[in-house]
Amino acid sequence: MLSVSNPLLVVEHLTMRFGGLIAVNDLSFSVGRGDITALIGPNGAGKTTVFNCVTGFYKPTEGRLALARSGIAAAQDVADLTQSGAQHKQMPSGDIYLLERMPDFRIAHKAKVARTFQNIRLFQGMTVLENLIIAQHNPLMVASGFSILGVLGIGGYKASEQQAVEKAKSWLERIGLIDRADDPAGELPYGAQRRLEIARAMCTDPVLLCLDEPAAGLNPKESLELNTLLRSIRADHSTSVLLIEHDMSVVMGISDHVVVLDYGTKIADGTPSEVRNDPKVIAAYLGVDDGDEMNPAHGGAK
Amino acid sequence: MEVFLQQLINGLTLGSIYGLIAIGYTMVFGIIGMVNFAHGDVFMLSSFIGLIIYVAITQLLGLSSPMFAFLLALAASMVLTSLWNWSIERVAYRPLRGSFRLAPLISAIGMSIFLSNFVQVVQGPRSKSINGILSGTFNFGADGGFGVSLPYSSIVIFFVTVILLAIFWYIVQRTPLGRAQRACEQDRKMASLLGIDVDATISITFVMGAALAAVAGCLYLLKYGSVNFADGFLPGVKAFTAAVLGGIGSLPGAVIGGLLIGLIEVFWSYYISTDYKDVAAFSILAVTLIFLPSGILGRPEVEKV
Amino acid sequence: MATTNKNDDGFNWAFALKEAAFAAIITAGLSFPILALRTDMDISNKLILNQRWSWLIVAAVLVFVGRLAVLSYAARPKSTRAASTAPQSDSSKFIAKWISAVGLLALFLFPIVVTSALGGQGALKWINNYGVQIMIYIMLGWGLNIVVGLAGLLDLGYVAFYAVGAYAYALLSTHYGLSFWICLPLAGILAATWGVILGFPVLRLRGDYLAIVTLAFGEIIRIVLINWVDFSGGYAGVSSIPRITFFGLPFNDNVGSFSNFFGLTYSPIHRTIFLFYLILCLALLTNYVTMRLRRLPVGRAWEALREDEIACRSLGINTTSTKLTAFALGAMFAGFAGSFFAVRQGFVSPESFTFLESATILAIVVLGGMGSQIGVAIAAVVLIGGTELLRELEWTKQIFGQDFDPAQYRSLIFGAAMVIMMIWKPRGIVSTREPSIFLKEKKSVSGDLVAEGHG
Ligand SMILES: Nc1ncnc2c1ncn2[C@@H]1O[C@H](COP(=O)(O)OP(=O)(O)OP(=O)(O)O)[C@@H](O)[C@H]1O
Ligand SMILES: [Mg+2]
Repeated sequence: MLSVSNPLLVVEHLTMRFGGLIAVNDLSFSVGRGDITALIGPNGAGKTTVFNCVTGFYKPTEGRLALARSGIAAAQDVADLTQSGAQHKQMPSGDIYLLERMPDFRIAHKAKVARTFQNIRLFQGMTVLENLIIAQHNPLMVASGFSILGVLGIGGYKASEQQAVEKAKSWLERIGLIDRADDPAGELPYGAQRRLEIARAMCTDPVLLCLDEPAAGLNPKESLELNTLLRSIRADHSTSVLLIEHDMSVVMGISDHVVVLDYGTKIADGTPSEVRNDPKVIAAYLGVDDGDEMNPAHGGAK
Repeated sequence: MEVFLQQLINGLTLGSIYGLIAIGYTMVFGIIGMVNFAHGDVFMLSSFIGLIIYVAITQLLGLSSPMFAFLLALAASMVLTSLWNWSIERVAYRPLRGSFRLAPLISAIGMSIFLSNFVQVVQGPRSKSINGILSGTFNFGADGGFGVSLPYSSIVIFFVTVILLAIFWYIVQRTPLGRAQRACEQDRKMASLLGIDVDATISITFVMGAALAAVAGCLYLLKYGSVNFADGFLPGVKAFTAAVLGGIGSLPGAVIGGLLIGLIEVFWSYYISTDYKDVAAFSILAVTLIFLPSGILGRPEVEKV
Repeated sequence: MATTNKNDDGFNWAFALKEAAFAAIITAGLSFPILALRTDMDISNKLILNQRWSWLIVAAVLVFVGRLAVLSYAARPKSTRAASTAPQSDSSKFIAKWISAVGLLALFLFPIVVTSALGGQGALKWINNYGVQIMIYIMLGWGLNIVVGLAGLLDLGYVAFYAVGAYAYALLSTHYGLSFWICLPLAGILAATWGVILGFPVLRLRGDYLAIVTLAFGEIIRIVLINWVDFSGGYAGVSSIPRITFFGLPFNDNVGSFSNFFGLTYSPIHRTIFLFYLILCLALLTNYVTMRLRRLPVGRAWEALREDEIACRSLGINTTSTKLTAFALGAMFAGFAGSFFAVRQGFVSPESFTFLESATILAIVVLGGMGSQIGVAIAAVVLIGGTELLRELEWTKQIFGQDFDPAQYRSLIFGAAMVIMMIWKPRGIVSTREPSIFLKEKKSVSGDLVAEGHG
């Protein structure tokens, strides 16, 4: 297991069962602050399930998911918080959240974990701009006095909304969709929808961004653009990225750390070059026979 | 004890009728995921058809055996009600398949309003009653005092329900038709790619549901001896409750749910309050949906992200 | 049946005739016992059958003609069809803007115009049966539109909150002598509270299940109103509810009344006109609040919820409280409308709050086009105005004989109209969605992209 010096998220003994099926089996790994961590594995390995546990859409059967929004969480503090039964506490060593105890929307709102979905989930019937404004729901809600002041027209809601629009505009420029701001999201081409979904997640100001197969269905050019976008996210923002990807050019090109899952169990964990040459990984991807290039066995996009 | 037994008999009789109606809800919901709101009114319509044919046979044709006339009326009502439901599906639901989800529901509500008012207009607003088609009873227990009476009609109702359930269970589990139905439930597009005639399968589902509703309608007549144009709504909602309670999509679930609802209603009326007996049914509906949405025999539905 | 024959020469008569004949035969089969044999009780309470085969023939002929008409409509040349579904052009946007302005002006002038044209007595019917009646349903439609149209939550028990509002005013005014102006906000708050209480446990249910549970709650409230006689008066309801006053001035012939105060000659139409303006203001308030909220975060969250609930949760939106606000707000407007209903009728009973009412309001929302305020208003005018117009068909007695009661056919036609309109326009009259914010240009979103919600 790769040792991460400044972990943002520490996953310990995560297990998820669906009836008799063990989708994730005693998985432990860390996501480094400021890193791009890739989670790879063949189809059905349990990658999306890990995401669903991290973002609160599934309650893990067992395991602990400790996220430190700031500081470096000391093991003792995490243990104390676990003991106390609370979801979150400002500990001496950092601001710690236990994600397995929190409902999904609180994870996004308070722990600041944002995500995209394997099959895109945009608000198709709303415009591109509206999609990005809705992502800023929580701060705007406060600015509108929980709508009460807003209805009466009191307070500084207008200014906050303008700020939100500015933020949306800057993201639209980065993803090259500024000219389509007033079009319905459902009318965008597939690649643009993928980028918009990432921008929407980023508009929530996350500390951790979870991307579920962002390159699926993209052509090589779009795939390269995506690489640039992800790198710039890491460079310009204090956002760490957890990435599921089948496209190895993306994974090997940008990630700092790769975790490999097969049948719910971790089979490798290290730097891209370590993982690339790991015989267990090659076997999992290509069957036991050898092969010189690593390729997902069954293709990515579904 | 006698009272309890008597209520048990009444509850099971009523529950059988609910169960038969519930099967129609469950099958349609299973195959096209739609609450067929008009199904209660189809039941009421079938009861009217049965009544008219029964009167026609006994009076116009002068058949003297009431039980034989009843069976003929039952058969005729099954055929004609099936034709009704087939046409309803054709006219009001099929054009909306695959479109906006609310449209078929609104259409079904409109159909329900149409059917009950249609019967009111063409047959008049008063309840129509016929005196006992089958009026005898078995009596058990205390001589002179409170005994337990088991009406012949209850026996007929119970047996007809069990036999029909067995037949339908066989059809759904063992025949190509049933396989086609289950295939359409799973994935309609895939089923059609595999050469299943989806439209026909759905039509047949409506026809089967209507045939059972017609049986329920005629048995209702046998039990109560009277029917009114407004009698579709409440039994309809209760039967839907039964379908949900049993686990929507499950045939035996619908019958078990029906029996439970019948029993609860009868015992509630006797021991708690007649006025609030419908509240019991509605509360069960709400509580089941909130706490046990997959019902007793249904498969739980997981939200896949 | 619906497979159109690909014949370039236009209408295929042989095919259409065959289809129509088929439909007519089916109709004859369907109507055989139920239409052709009418059951009646004779003097000894025995059922007898009256045969009327002519009805069966009439039904078959009607269906034959109707089917032919539908087929020829479906086969009309492609060009006209394309024109009818063309995207909204600039001129039509301009027209849409003017329609609301002109419509609003017309509404404010309506009582004045009608009264001066028809005089006091003649105008009363128009203002009351059409004006006030339609406005109530517009308001209810707009209220439910928040729940169903914006938030995508299917509510089949909306009438329960209308009942809460009506009984709130009826009971508070008769027992405690509270005035309408105090009861109106109380009724709204009470209804909203009920909305939260009922909404809380059920809002995580999905689509059809939510619909059925709300139906169950609606019925439970009605059954309780029927059976809890001490509280609500049972079937008899609550009567002699205090009438509306002009902010304290009663509408009657006495000293200190409205007409006396303003030096007018007393006429019952004053009260009706005042009621009309009152419901108009209440409805406009509903509309104003809704339009305003659509541009606020909570309104956008409602629409986002309708589009994709899971995505909402992934963005940190508390979906439960968002749904609850929609539910409570919709209930509140129904509560306002309910207390207006009570003060208008002077009498409330459980009969006014049946499932049919909920279905009517839902039909208005869906037919209007979910989420569209103007669409809902048009749908209310069409559906409610249409059924009211059926009352005017007394002259048909001249054709069908004195026994013929056209009013009987109202619900029948209403039900059939619901089916037909859904088939004709499954997405409602106004199927496009207006964005709540735009950068450069406001473009309406085609209805095909807009989701209808799943909860
Ligand atoms: N809600 C659920 N209920 C039951 N089984 C589930 C559920 N979600 C996932 N699974 C099962 O868990 C296993 C892992 O699924 P998961 O979607 O996590 O795989 P994945 O690694 O994301 O695969 P892919 O590359 O195809 O996206 C699969 O066998 C899947 O069927
Ligand atoms: Mg996956």
